[in-house]
Amino acid sequence: MHDIFAAGFFSSEPVHTALLVGAVIAITSAVVGVFTVTRGQSFAGHSLADISVTGGSGAILVGLNQFWGYLAFGAGVAAFMELIGIQRKRGRDVATGVVLGAALGLSALFLYLDTESSSTTGATVTVMFGAIWEITSSTVPALIVSAVLALFTVLALARPLLLSSLSPDIAAARGVPVRLIGAAFLMVLAISVALSAVIIGAILSTALLIGPAAAALRISKGPIKAMVTAAAIGTAATWLGILLSYDSHSWPPANSGGWPVSFFVVALVVLAYLATYISGWRRPAAQEAEQHSCSPA
Amino acid sequence: MTQDLVNLDHISVRLGGRQILSDVSLAINPAEFTGLIGPNGAGKTTLLRVILGLQQTTEGTVTRHATVGYVPQKLLIEPDMPLRVKDVVALGIDGQRLGFHLPSKQRRDRVDAMLEAVGAQAYKDARVGELSGGEQQRVMIAHALISKPKLLLLDEPLANLDISSAHSIVSLLAKLSKSEQIAILLSAHDMNPLLPVMDRIVYVAGGQVAVGTPDEVVQSDVLTRLYGQPVEVIRVRDRVLVVADA
Repeated sequence: MHDIFAAGFFSSEPVHTALLVGAVIAITSAVVGVFTVTRGQSFAGHSLADISVTGGSGAILVGLNQFWGYLAFGAGVAAFMELIGIQRKRGRDVATGVVLGAALGLSALFLYLDTESSSTTGATVTVMFGAIWEITSSTVPALIVSAVLALFTVLALARPLLLSSLSPDIAAARGVPVRLIGAAFLMVLAISVALSAVIIGAILSTALLIGPAAAALRISKGPIKAMVTAAAIGTAATWLGILLSYDSHSWPPANSGGWPVSFFVVALVVLAYLATYISGWRRPAAQEAEQHSCSPA
Repeated sequence: MTQDLVNLDHISVRLGGRQILSDVSLAINPAEFTGLIGPNGAGKTTLLRVILGLQQTTEGTVTRHATVGYVPQKLLIEPDMPLRVKDVVALGIDGQRLGFHLPSKQRRDRVDAMLEAVGAQAYKDARVGELSGGEQQRVMIAHALISKPKLLLLDEPLANLDISSAHSIVSLLAKLSKSEQIAILLSAHDMNPLLPVMDRIVYVAGGQVAVGTPDEVVQSDVLTRLYGQPVEVIRVRDRVLVVADA
């Protein structure tokens, strides 16, 4: 046991916080992710993540916790996307590209000013790749409340969201306010991206959003099973990532601060996704065998 | 006298400066099988959207006295959409409502019975994105009918189907219309597969309609007036061809 859990893992306060916040955020991201993939909005999720870099670096500049920056910019851009109708029409990619480019350019400036104005040089790493060990106890309630709110909203909207993914016209004919529900979902997506930016970083946050969902959608057919599977994969990757990062303090280079959590989480999520491909290869053969055995005797 | 399910009173629709429908009046009667026939781009989909309340009219009034089920044109469903056939049919019960519905035996039985009625039991656990066009149509019909509407609208359900699938969908609809007393309004650019089952025909051309029994409407003089150019109706081996004069 000593080898797997390095000394002090279970008694460390930052570990407790990381495990708790990590699980809550992983579950929310995974469930929101299932709907994101189903609605074909992975790109919107990624755009929100890029924009969050600007928000996070801007927040540090004015002395706020980066989470509020992620959230404010994510929500603002989500509203803008809804306004220009990015979810309904293709061909908005030029506008999106220009906006994203401008936002990342602004991030470069903010991050430069962040590192110039404070003695710490960690702002860039914190914003880009997350800082799960540095979650202050004062932000924990805000993180958990936001996550629970996003999760509750997406679960409440589950059926109308699925119905409008199936056919927006059927949903509208049955009285679903399709556009309003789409806008609400985009907000939930923004919150979810902001949350995972806190633990694995703004530019990696879609890994926790899309990865577990994409893997789950390959191995579970129904919506509820897909959500549960995605949540399990996301939580497992996050917890294992935290453990490995903690253990890596003793890894090379010597006297390092440990390998980044975000590296481990993303690597584990990708492994889970690849694993579903391996199990997917075997499935068609099994089905064929079943059909043959059903042939009349 | 029975009440109309839907009544369109002198409706017109303009979209983006184009006149799509002009001065269309029609009523749908209970348990009738009506074919909405016309060439592509004639305004069939717009007419269905008007009845559903998805399309505002520029003029005229629409009155609905019945619940309406809807099967849109071929859906583009990716195979990775996490909806099995039985999930899609269950969404037909209360998919517009907030929150989750816990699984119950009563719901499962209701979904099973509906799948049985449309002959889709065999693939109820398959993802809907993995089905063929004909199988998807059956599932979407089950989805639309499980809430027990009095009128079912179908937009080009026979397009992209091979002849035998088209035939089995038409006989399924005719059977359900009689057994469940459901009025059916089905759009198609080819009336021939529907001729054995149609009670009435709504023929759309150039944004206007001719309404009546197939024998009344599918006549050279009626369609010539509707198209505004000489057309001829030719009957060959129980098939009807509408041919524009050269």
